[in-house]
Amino acid sequence: MAMTRSRARALLLTPAGLWYAAMLLMPLAVVLIFSFGERSQIGGYAPGFTLEQYANLPARFAAFRNTLTLAPLGTLASLLIAYPLAYYLAVKVSPKWKTMLLVLVIVPFWTSILIRSYAWIFLLGGKGIPALLAMAGLEDVRLLNTPFAVLVGIVYGYLPLMVFPIYVALEKLDKRLLEAAADLGTPPWRAFVQITLPLSMPGVLTGSMLVFILLMGEFLIPSILGGGKVFFVGNALVDLFLQSRNWPFGSAVAVGLVVVMLVVVGLYTRAAKRFGVGRDDAALM
Amino acid sequence: MERAASMQVRPEETVAEFVGASKRYGEVLAADRIDLRIRRGEFLSFLGPSGCGKTTALRMLAGFESPTGGAVLIDGRDVGAIPAYRRPVNMVFQHYALFPHMTVAENVGYGLRQRRPRMARREIAEKVEKALATVRLDAFGPRRIWEMSGGQQQRVALARAIVNEPKILLLDEPMAALDAKLRGEMQRELLDLQRSLGITFVLVTHDQEEALAMSDRICIMGKGRIAQIGSPQELYDRPANRYVADFVGKANILSAQIASREGGLAQAVLGNGAAVTVADAPGAAATEAEIAVRPEALSLAAAGAPLPEGMTALPARVTHRTFLGDHTEYLLEAPRVGALQVNVPRQAERAAGGHGMGAEVHVLWPAGAGLVLAAG
Repeated sequence: MAMTRSRARALLLTPAGLWYAAMLLMPLAVVLIFSFGERSQIGGYAPGFTLEQYANLPARFAAFRNTLTLAPLGTLASLLIAYPLAYYLAVKVSPKWKTMLLVLVIVPFWTSILIRSYAWIFLLGGKGIPALLAMAGLEDVRLLNTPFAVLVGIVYGYLPLMVFPIYVALEKLDKRLLEAAADLGTPPWRAFVQITLPLSMPGVLTGSMLVFILLMGEFLIPSILGGGKVFFVGNALVDLFLQSRNWPFGSAVAVGLVVVMLVVVGLYTRAAKRFGVGRDDAALM
Repeated sequence: MERAASMQVRPEETVAEFVGASKRYGEVLAADRIDLRIRRGEFLSFLGPSGCGKTTALRMLAGFESPTGGAVLIDGRDVGAIPAYRRPVNMVFQHYALFPHMTVAENVGYGLRQRRPRMARREIAEKVEKALATVRLDAFGPRRIWEMSGGQQQRVALARAIVNEPKILLLDEPMAALDAKLRGEMQRELLDLQRSLGITFVLVTHDQEEALAMSDRICIMGKGRIAQIGSPQELYDRPANRYVADFVGKANILSAQIASREGGLAQAVLGNGAAVTVADAPGAAATEAEIAVRPEALSLAAAGAPLPEGMTALPARVTHRTFLGDHTEYLLEAPRVGALQVNVPRQAERAAGGHGMGAEVHVLWPAGAGLVLAAG
């Protein structure tokens, strides 16, 4: 017994610690430093200390507004579509089909999100769904390059991330609790509200958090389906870093995004706790 | 004190009834034409090994399963079309099935909160408090379920059921998860509770001691059918068939030829030619039969010792001797009769002396001990 328990623990945590230091803390520090600097003549970063970049943030208000409306909306839409599906998979479907259906949920991941989002350009474009609507008498419906198109892309891309945590929560729900509820006089729909829903909240919260956080940094879907009209903070960042090479302003926008995210997630966590989620769920937060 | 436990339950004392109730799952017949009346206020147990249909019977009463044949009646009414949530029965589940996201008090008050029209909050709180006091958990209302021990959780489950004042309280192996000491304590508490509340209790168990200790009547199940219904004493003293004799208590089961029958007694000739007098099975006529005798009904005497009056002596050899404190368990081999178990009370063994392994002894069979088992 040469190694003590605490030394073993330290050793095992070292890779993760190094990873976080190198890949998260250091870049964050770099971004923070850049955000107080100036744009050099040829683009990129020139040292300095100015709050000019932050003062300039309102110029990107639209990007923040879009992100802060479409990310929560996309999360909510994913949740509303994912919950019944997860419920069906976890509770209703026969074990014979379960595995196959679960695989079907992740099948889209086998292809790049880029290609799948491009497919939606055709579906939502002039010769796709609008053409079908026109045949039904609804002329001149424009879907592509609208917030709706971005929302469709978001739900399509992120649905599995929402389905699985909810599925897991529902799967481990003790079915005898529902029998107990029925035994105590609760009709099935009320048992769902009183028992199933609260006990699946950990899955709902995990899934929502996962989708929401990823959505806050999304840039691919808006750039493909939003056509430059509906853009996220992510698109602004791509633009600032790669096109106009204004690294300090880009860094300020990035810091702004991190701050907004921390605030929103913080509020969300508090709300979730107040919602009365039990001890099991606190571990997930 | 033994409570009255006649087989016949009159219609007016019946709280629930199975009328030829069957439950089929595909090829498996889990319950096979069960006919049973449950008497209002009694403590009835379904006893049997796993897969015997006892749980299915209970679940048909609760409304979690609907019979595929026959009917289940509560208060004279066919409840086939009445879902579980509208039946006047409540269950204590095997693993309690307490709601983990609610406090103890919220769990106990759950059934009351489901009432429509709604029950007043104050009234619910009072009833919850009373129910918690009944199961001796007065101060535990605000606790979380995971803060409670197994025994406490069981009391919460009990309180959650009785607070609704059900017509029948269903108990599905409620003691299975408790350790032996707690189990005995809980059994006594359940009995006291049943007597003070006057609610009909229907217990499902595979533990024969539990069923014997608690029940007014026991319904022994096997292969989806009722093997025998009766008071614990009736089942023990007069098992109807080999299955019951084997399942309730220990029994020596021997094949014999019935030489004569008269006045409810039968002369049974064992394999070694010795004749014993046993109680006859009602309506039995076959000459080949199995007879059963309890280990404590027999006694031992050293070979060559004088035979007391009215006893049949079977020569045998001791193969095992197990001292168990209040009695000693002897396993013996009687030539051309078979293996026998005899339990000798400590008192008797101390007076007459024990018998070592391999000792040649006489097994003494008093006239009238044992009985003929009905076929099947």
